[in-house]
Amino acid sequence: MDSKFNIQSYTHIRNGTISLNGNTLFESETEDFSTFIKEAYKSQHIEYPKFFKMDNLSKLAFIAADIILRNTSNSEENIAIILSNKASSLDTDRKHQESISDTDNYYPSPSIFVYTLPNICIGEICIRHQLFSENSFFIFDNFNPDCLWVQTEHLLKTKKANKALCGWVDFDDSNYDAFLYLVEDHGTFNHSIKNIKELYLCK
Amino acid sequence: MQVKELREELKEKIIEQLNLEELSVSDIKDDDALFGDGLCLDSIDALELIVMLDKDYGIQLTDPKEGQEVFKSITVLADYIAERTNK
Repeated sequence: MDSKFNIQSYTHIRNGTISLNGNTLFESETEDFSTFIKEAYKSQHIEYPKFFKMDNLSKLAFIAADIILRNTSNSEENIAIILSNKASSLDTDRKHQESISDTDNYYPSPSIFVYTLPNICIGEICIRHQLFSENSFFIFDNFNPDCLWVQTEHLLKTKKANKALCGWVDFDDSNYDAFLYLVEDHGTFNHSIKNIKELYLCK
Repeated sequence: MQVKELREELKEKIIEQLNLEELSVSDIKDDDALFGDGLCLDSIDALELIVMLDKDYGIQLTDPKEGQEVFKSITVLADYIAERTNK
């Protein structure tokens, strides 16, 4: 199904590689996500100390969003955020669970607890880019371009937003996969479900 | 433990527990403000410090007003702990 809107840019973060519009921006051979994402942060010359306080899901979403929005974002552009994943915040939920499982050593960490919701990563992106726009976070069994398309088209057609940052950010037990894309009036690819699928699957 | 050593210990703990990755112990001055213009800690950091006081020093801080004063600086925090633990 075609649309009058277009995909202006897209990014992948998977398998130790960050790419923008299909072009590799950063590569690392490390298999450890914490090391990888810290190297990625430094390679992109981002100066945002709060990054180090985020959980893994938020770090993944934050870097992906920063790569796409660094040249475009400000609150006046009214960019909606529509994200999705499979694991929700399960990775951080487990860490919180571990901290409260021993009643004799019961010291839950407030800084872990605040990330026990997946949409917190959207909040981190909004704070960074000063966005006060519509946002949603969906949990699916698999990447679901149909649902993302419907939600995005609705927000743009009803002028609830001028642009939409959409996609998939999944982190669980050291496995990670991020694919974000920016939809607006102008862009290289038509905002169609077919194109979203193809861009998600491409490296 | 001398108060001076306690101050250094607190700086190490704060850097580690609050994930202040871009700071080292030498970057934190004894009288730097922990909140506001100093280390720019936030409300979640304050809660982490309260947990740290309880977990590592056995001090339970329940009065928010007391927290505002206790977390003013490393010097104030170290003196507060020392008074209550004889460290």
